[in-house]
Amino acid sequence: MPYSFPVGERWRRLLPFGLAAGAVVAPLLAPNDYVVGALARICLYALLALGLNVVVGFAGLLDIGYVAFFGIGSYVYAFLASPHFGLHLPFVPAMLIVAAVAAVSGILIGAPTLRLRGDYLAIVTLGFGEITYICLVNLDRPINITGGPNGLIAIDPPSFLGYVIQGNIQYYYLFLLTLGAVLLASLRLRDSRIGWAWQAIREDELAAGAMGVNTTVSKLQAFAIGATFAGFAGGLLASWQRSVFPDNFLFHESINILAMVILGGMGNVFGVILGAAIIVSLPEIFRDLALYRLLAFGGMLMVLMIFRPQGLLPARWPFAAHAPEKPEPAGAPAPRSAADD
Amino acid sequence: MGDILAILPQQLVFGLALGTVYGLVALGYTMVYGVLFMINFAHGEVFMIGAYIGWGVLAVLLDWSVGGLHPLWVLPLMLVPAMLFCGGLGMTLERFAYRPLYARGATRLGPLISAVGASIFLQNAVMLTQGARMKVYMTNFLFPRDWRFDILGVNISVLVIVMIVVSVLLMWALVVLVQRTTLGRSIRAVSEDREMAAVMGINVGRVVGMTFFLGSALGGAAGVLIGLYYTQIDFVMGYSAGLKAFTAAVLGGIGNIKGAMVGGLLLGVIESLAVTFINPAFKDVVTFAVLILTLVFKPEGIFGETLADWKKV
Repeated sequence: MPYSFPVGERWRRLLPFGLAAGAVVAPLLAPNDYVVGALARICLYALLALGLNVVVGFAGLLDIGYVAFFGIGSYVYAFLASPHFGLHLPFVPAMLIVAAVAAVSGILIGAPTLRLRGDYLAIVTLGFGEITYICLVNLDRPINITGGPNGLIAIDPPSFLGYVIQGNIQYYYLFLLTLGAVLLASLRLRDSRIGWAWQAIREDELAAGAMGVNTTVSKLQAFAIGATFAGFAGGLLASWQRSVFPDNFLFHESINILAMVILGGMGNVFGVILGAAIIVSLPEIFRDLALYRLLAFGGMLMVLMIFRPQGLLPARWPFAAHAPEKPEPAGAPAPRSAADD
Repeated sequence: MGDILAILPQQLVFGLALGTVYGLVALGYTMVYGVLFMINFAHGEVFMIGAYIGWGVLAVLLDWSVGGLHPLWVLPLMLVPAMLFCGGLGMTLERFAYRPLYARGATRLGPLISAVGASIFLQNAVMLTQGARMKVYMTNFLFPRDWRFDILGVNISVLVIVMIVVSVLLMWALVVLVQRTTLGRSIRAVSEDREMAAVMGINVGRVVGMTFFLGSALGGAAGVLIGLYYTQIDFVMGYSAGLKAFTAAVLGGIGNIKGAMVGGLLLGVIESLAVTFINPAFKDVVTFAVLILTLVFKPEGIFGETLADWKKV
């Protein structure tokens, strides 16, 4: 048993509740507002990582331009709730529109890539991510749509029935609430018919199709749902920063989010959140080594793929024990992991 | 419109020069894909490091005040170290970042993520050792600005000619190597059927390593040429150049050597047309659109054969 946990099965089941309770009290114990802000960022990125986990972890579609949806979500929220177009929609309807636009953009980007697999899909999604970024930077002329490199400012904060969210701690709870909802949605999706279809496609697309899985619809669902989560995160970011800039959505953000998913364990929602927490907080802890952060990232991706492609937490921890690995017969190919296609 | 048509021939010349260099980089992608069916995402970074090596050599040579040396001698002095170093780098990457993965039977996602990691690692290694600022190529000392011809109002500089000649020579050498030598035959055998090649006594690991060496060496040479052409290099230059070269490889038919060269030329021309007729700011959008359209409508590319199912995209 490579992944035995030192506590009993019953305690293992209680662990998520303990973690949730910890997340609720964490900002109250934080020494200062800066730490609360960092905790809020962890929630935001966990949201993104959960969304990417649907695409990469559940359905096995490697998307390395994922930040595009984050950007689309942010900008759509900024269009709907800022003086830029003079629109000031309330928070909830604005977020619903953001989610819808993100889902549609996920389908639009997913549709032409359906025939592609693995590395080709990755490159095409990367291309889409770049196109989105270039558009955000350049669509300020001839008609000012995105504000160009200067971005959009004076975005409305979230408000519920006249109560305006302000201060890092309130944002933290807003993000945590969203994260909780998205986490539950992820778990339910994973164990639903759609989720099983994704996992079947991830393991063997041909076999999944032969067993009656509609691979086209399933993949589009994965793209749409992943994009929706990112759109939510984008809207939250825009309302938190009160401004959006194209440089929030550079390629290395996509890689950051991917690194969270891979580090935590592709397909494991708790692992993905753990990955987000580690990757957001590491540079805060090793502030002096900030320059070496990306170097370490790159190295980490290589080392992880070589020594632990399944990430820190295996796919179904903590709810299902991992099947013990059988000793391989000499010369036989090793069992394939989720990372292997 | 008249203005646009007037600058078109000039843009086409630039497009052809850049296109041959894209082709050179694309060869690296295509050869690796041929033997391993993986996209060496770090290839763009190898190209970038080639540009840095060329810059370093040129700076040292100018320091020793050998600026008077004929460019015909200086250029090989830049190209050869860049090619050797990049070739070695490519082999190292293969040995340590990819081989442990595909030797275990990992097929697609694993090696690709590892390659993305390698790419980020190399970028930042260069940034940390060389600084984040741009480096300026002293192209002027090698190819003075006034070394140029006017043909029918089109300005053709000696540098552009040198770029095209060097690229074509290197491609020709590669074709000869792949078609005529034992190593080339081994490479072709491995890309045809890796297991059968191993059964026939070919050392597959060595052949894959050599393929990485050759592809990366060409990438390094391309880096030097691009450095001379743009005169400014930085540690992120490999990212977009790599994407463009990959697009070129896909356009021509990935895994196909002839396709990579034609795809590179075509992409260079398409890009120059985009600069002329559309907004230069959207030139990369056009490149990516070409990539996506190719993959959607003709994923086998111009010269690609119909691949067996397990090799398909």
